[in-house]
Amino acid sequence: MGQVEVEQTALPGIGLRHDFTTRAGQRVGVVSHRTGRRDLVIYDKDDPDRACQTVKLNDEEADALAELLGAPRIVQRLNQLHQQVEGLVSVQLPIPDGSPYAGRPMGEARVRTRTSASIVAVARGGQVFASPGPEFVFRAGDVVVVVGSEDSTSEVADILAQG
Amino acid sequence: MHETAILFLEFGAVLLGLGVLGALALRVGISPIPLYLIAGLAFGTGGVLPLATSEEFISVGAELGVVLLLLTLGLEYNADELVTSLTGNARAGLVDLVLNAAPGAICALLLGWGPVAAVAMAGVTYATSSGITAKVLSDLGWIGNRETPTVLSLLVFEDLTMAIYLPVLTTMLAGLSLLSGAVAVGIALVTVSVVLVVALRFGRFIEAFVSSPNSEVLLLKVVGLALLVAGLAQQLQVSAAVGAFLVGIALSGELAEDAQALLAPLRDLFAAVFFVFFGLQTDPAKILPVAGLAALLALASMVTKLLTGAYAARRAGIGKAGQARAGIALIPRGEFNIVIAGLAVGAGAHPDLGALAAAYVLILAAFGPLAAKLVQPFITAIAKRA
Repeated sequence: MGQVEVEQTALPGIGLRHDFTTRAGQRVGVVSHRTGRRDLVIYDKDDPDRACQTVKLNDEEADALAELLGAPRIVQRLNQLHQQVEGLVSVQLPIPDGSPYAGRPMGEARVRTRTSASIVAVARGGQVFASPGPEFVFRAGDVVVVVGSEDSTSEVADILAQG
Repeated sequence: MHETAILFLEFGAVLLGLGVLGALALRVGISPIPLYLIAGLAFGTGGVLPLATSEEFISVGAELGVVLLLLTLGLEYNADELVTSLTGNARAGLVDLVLNAAPGAICALLLGWGPVAAVAMAGVTYATSSGITAKVLSDLGWIGNRETPTVLSLLVFEDLTMAIYLPVLTTMLAGLSLLSGAVAVGIALVTVSVVLVVALRFGRFIEAFVSSPNSEVLLLKVVGLALLVAGLAQQLQVSAAVGAFLVGIALSGELAEDAQALLAPLRDLFAAVFFVFFGLQTDPAKILPVAGLAALLALASMVTKLLTGAYAARRAGIGKAGQARAGIALIPRGEFNIVIAGLAVGAGAHPDLGALAAAYVLILAAFGPLAAKLVQPFITAIAKRA
């Protein structure tokens, strides 16, 4: 977050507002209502105090938007990470149609125990599930993001394909 | 006809009438409060269809309405917000108080109604309707605006001021001598401070007692506690409304949200009854003679609210357009102003006070939200040119 200065303001009786100005000079904000509703707010260029666009989001919609905004960042950070750490790679492995783990929870593949590589995220139809737990159920067509050494990640690829 | 049958017929007709009026208000896009007042005028003394038997029942319902209104208002705030708005916004809050209490007080003094009526009228012109204003903000999509926190903190400040003001007003209205009046005011202030401290410090114990997973139990506990404290406050000359408000403040977090959701329909029903009751007590024949005066008063206090909003927003570093919006958002008057006038009328203040307050609130409850809607494009245009 370091680069962006986010301002937080209390809205008595309603909730909280966070806003910041982008490098291009556009002000953006999020109003967090106590009811769980979230408003994505875009401010007017001519009248920087006025919200010219308010997008009302319920819990699920807010989650979906956060995923979309955050997911590419996760992969980006991983790439930076493995550039920094010698010998660490992150690969994206598909769960093929015939995979023995399609429809089974991730814990049953015992990936970390068998290969010492880690599954850090699963992408499914434009959604990204960051750090899935052992109870997460794979589906055919999922793309699994794995971090580990060259050898261990290729072992994971074999496990996911043949078991 | 049987007493109960007549009561049901009358009360049913009143509620149904209110429902129809509410639908009308929705269609036009104004607050239903002025229409409820008009309905009360029609049913009351000297009205078109005077009620025979249900007036007493409606008056109790009205009292309940005030308690529920204030309870739900208190539930909206948590103690931290109150403290921050008191410390961070004291100056703007005081400007708000001085500027907007002045029109009412000056008007009452000029009419020769005496100092007690002046204090009551000061309250009538001072308090912005937080209910109507909150609705205006969300209807016009102003909640995300950067001047909105300023507006909301002023509302919090006003509501807190009310908690001090109402007991002072009730003791003055009781017509006590200066010494016993001062003692009563002292007791009232101490009570309010004690309850506030208890709410801030021991709110969680109250919550632990009230909290229940079952909504029925929760409803009974919250309403029971609010009525109990309201009655106690009334006994101590602090005014029932303030007691209920303080109960609302003492409850916060998830419990307050649950309670609010449960109470909303109950509050809407009895608050509508309260506005009708105020209209019932006001003679429509008295409204016309004071209409011009009420319009003048409304105009003066619109200007003072615009100045207040501009001042508070400018202090928060908001631009010209936002300053104008902050002022406009503060214009609507409604619940509290009628509560204050109701107290004064009930205590036998000048007979014209109720009519003046009714006409005044009729104008500003209806016109405030409309003004905001109509002026919005102009403000945007001005901001674009600047």
